[in-house]
Amino acid sequence: MSNMLEVSNLKVAVDDVEILQGIDLEIGRGEVHVLMGPNGAGKSTLARTIMADPQFEQVEGDIYFEGENINEFSTDERAKLGIFLTFQNPLEVAGISVEDFLRTTKIELTGEDISVIKFKRELKGHMQDLDLDQAYAERYLNVGFSGGEKKKGEILQMSVLNPDLVMLDEPDSGLDVDAVRIVSETVADFLSDKNKSCLIITHHSVILESVKPDFAHILIDGKIVKRGGPELIERVNDEGYNWIREELGLEKVHDEVLD
Amino acid sequence: MSNLRSNLTSDHNVKQLDTERILAEKAAEREALKESRRKERAEKLKERTYVEEFDRGVYDIKNPNTYEIMLDKGLNEEIVREISSIKDEPDWMLEKRLAALEIYRELKNPNWGPDLSELNMDEIATYIRPKAQMESNWQEVPDEIRKTFELLGIPEAELDYLSGVGAQYDSEVVYHNVKDYLALQGVVYTDFESAVEQYPEIIQEYFGTCLKPTLHRYSALHYAVWSGGSYVYVPEGVHVDIPLQSYFRMNAPGAGQFEHTLIIVEKGGSLHFIEGCSAPRYNTINLHAGGVELFVKEGAKLRYSTIENWSRNMYNLNSKRAIVEKDGVIEWISGSFGSRVSMLYPASILIGEGARSEFTGITFAGAGQTLDTGAQVVHKAPHTYSAVETKSISKGGGKAIYRSLVQVEEGAYGCRSNTDCQSLMLDAQSRGDTIPTIILKNDDVDFGHEAKIGRIDDQAIFYLMSRGLSEEEAKAMIVRGFAEPVAKELPLEYAVEMNELINLELKGAIG
Repeated sequence: MSNMLEVSNLKVAVDDVEILQGIDLEIGRGEVHVLMGPNGAGKSTLARTIMADPQFEQVEGDIYFEGENINEFSTDERAKLGIFLTFQNPLEVAGISVEDFLRTTKIELTGEDISVIKFKRELKGHMQDLDLDQAYAERYLNVGFSGGEKKKGEILQMSVLNPDLVMLDEPDSGLDVDAVRIVSETVADFLSDKNKSCLIITHHSVILESVKPDFAHILIDGKIVKRGGPELIERVNDEGYNWIREELGLEKVHDEVLD
Repeated sequence: MSNLRSNLTSDHNVKQLDTERILAEKAAEREALKESRRKERAEKLKERTYVEEFDRGVYDIKNPNTYEIMLDKGLNEEIVREISSIKDEPDWMLEKRLAALEIYRELKNPNWGPDLSELNMDEIATYIRPKAQMESNWQEVPDEIRKTFELLGIPEAELDYLSGVGAQYDSEVVYHNVKDYLALQGVVYTDFESAVEQYPEIIQEYFGTCLKPTLHRYSALHYAVWSGGSYVYVPEGVHVDIPLQSYFRMNAPGAGQFEHTLIIVEKGGSLHFIEGCSAPRYNTINLHAGGVELFVKEGAKLRYSTIENWSRNMYNLNSKRAIVEKDGVIEWISGSFGSRVSMLYPASILIGEGARSEFTGITFAGAGQTLDTGAQVVHKAPHTYSAVETKSISKGGGKAIYRSLVQVEEGAYGCRSNTDCQSLMLDAQSRGDTIPTIILKNDDVDFGHEAKIGRIDDQAIFYLMSRGLSEEEAKAMIVRGFAEPVAKELPLEYAVEMNELINLELKGAIG
C-alpha cells in the first residue's frame, strides 16, 4: 500500500533564503510520526508547506497525498483531500461563531448538508471531551480566547472536521497540566482510528506518552538528520540535541532549553 | 415604559387595549410577510451559485429621455419658482427656496476633500425641472441593474422604487397599514410635501433650523430644489415599536435625489427610522444632495439607520444633522456603498446636559470610487457623551477616507468622547486614510481616539482556507467579520442584504 503522505527532496525558501534543504518524509496510514528539533530548525515550515502556506515558496521537490502529486493544489483543495493543520497561534475571526464556522466548513468539506440540530449535538459531545463549556460554541472564532481556549479550539476543529492526516504544530505549548492531559487524551482517542495518520511537532514528552509515536524525525538546520523509533524520542528528551550535533560534526549549542 | 403606562388615564387604557390588539394583529401580519420574504430570499439564494461581475459600464449610458423644454442652462429662479408652484406651496416655502438659491450662487465647492469639478450643474438643473419627462418603467431599466436587484433579493415593492418607476407599487398597501397603526398612537408619518401642507406651523418652526442652507454649497442647493422626503412626528412618551422605513413612500419626482427628511421625537419618545436600501438606485442624473434634520427632545431616543448603495456615476453629497436635548440619545447606523464620490458626515449637536450620540458606520470603496465619510459631534453641554465606531473597506484601487470632527465647547465640562476607526485594505492598490479633527475648548474631557489601518491578513486567509474554505469565501468571511459591528445593529433583513452586498463587491474584486 502506498503511503498517505510522501514528501521527497522538498526545498522551501522565504525571501530566497532556503529554510528546508531537501526533506524526505513518508507517513503511512495509521502511523504517528513526531517531528523534533531545536527552535528555528524548520519544523513548522515543513507542516505549513504541506498545507500550502503562501508565505513559503516550494522551490524544489514533490508532495504526494494518497499517491497523487499535490504540488499545485491550493490550501483549501488540500484540506478537502483530508489534510489538516493545527496552528500554533490560531487567527481571530470576528463575526462568526465557532459553531457556525465549523458547520460551514464541515459542509464545505463533505459536500453534504448537516442539520443544525444534529450538528449541535455532535459539537456538544466533542466540546465535552475537551472540557469546553457550552458558551464556547457561541463565541466568535478565537476572538478573546485565552491561549488554552485557542489550543483546545484547534483540537475541537480536528475532531469535528475529521481529517485523515493531522499535523499538530505544538498543540501542547502554553497549556497547564490539566489541559495538556485533556488535549493528549483527545488526540490519542482520535488516532485510535487506524485510518488516521499524524505528524506531531512538540517539545514535550507528556503528549507523546499518550499518542505513542511510531517514528521520530530530528530536524536540525533545515535537514532531517536522524530518524528512529520511540527510543530516539526518549534519548532526545533526556539529552537534548547536542549528541546528534556531535555525531554530525556540528557545533554544539550550550544554552539550549529543554522542557 | 411601565412608568408611563401607570400614568395613563382609564380612557387611555381602553385605547391602550385596542392598540395592543391591533398591535398583535399587525405583528402577525408582519411575521407572515417576513416569512414569505424569507422564503423568496432562500429561493434566490439557491440560484445564487455563481455570480459574474456586473458591467458597471451600464451606469454611464446617457439618459435617453428627452426633456420637454430647455430654457436656460444652470439653476435659476424660474426653475425654483416652478418647482414651488407645481407643489402648490405656501409663500414662506418659496421664499426659503429663493433665499437658498441666493446662498447657493455665492458658495463654491469645498476646498478640501474629493474632486467635485466633474459635476455638471447644467444637466442637474435640467433634471430638476418638474416637467421634465422623468418617468421610466421597469422594462427600460438595464438588465444588469435588474439582475443586481434580483440577486440581492430585493422585494418587488422596492424593485419598482429602485428602478425609478415611481408611484404604482405594491408597498402602498403596506404603507397605509403602517400609517393607520401609527396614527392610533398619535404618530405622524408622511411625505414631506404633505407635511408642508398639513402641518405648516410645525414645519415652518423647524425646517432649516437644524441643517442650515448656509452650511455648504450643496445644502443650499438642497433647500432651493428639495423634493420628496419624509416627515415623522413622535409625540411625548410614545415608543414607536416598528422601524419606519423610508422607501415605503418615496415617489415624488426627484425624491431620492434632493429629498428632505425631518423627524421630531418629543420628550421621552423613541423611534427607529430606516432610510434607503441596499440595491443601487438607478438615477438619471448623478447628484444626490438630500437633507436630514433630526430633533431629539429631552430624554427621547432616535435611531437613524441608513444603507446607501449608489450607482457608480453618482456624487453623493448628503447632509445629515441632529440636535439632541437633555438626556436625549441619537444613534446613527450608516452603511455607504457605491457612488463615484461620497461626502457624508452626519453631525450630532449635543445641546442638553447628558445628551448622547453614538455613530456606527461602514464604508466600502471599490475601483474608481472615493468614499469620504465620517461623523461630526459638537458637545455643547456638560456631561455629554459621544462614541464613533467606523469601519472602512477599500479594494481594487478604491479610496475610503474617514474624516471626522469632535468639538467640545468651553462650558461643556465632564464630557466623554471615544472614537475607534478601522480601515481594511484588500489589496496594495487601495487606500484607507483617517483625517480626524479634534477641538477641545476645556480640559475636563475624557477623550479617546483610536485608528487602525491595515491590509487583509494573508495568514488569516490561509487559516480559513486550511479548513476547506475557498480564498473568496475566506476573504468574504473576514470582511463580514470586520463589518459585523455594523451588521449587528441593523434589522435582520438589512443585515442579510448588507452581507450579500459585501459578497457581490468581493466577487467583483476577486473574479
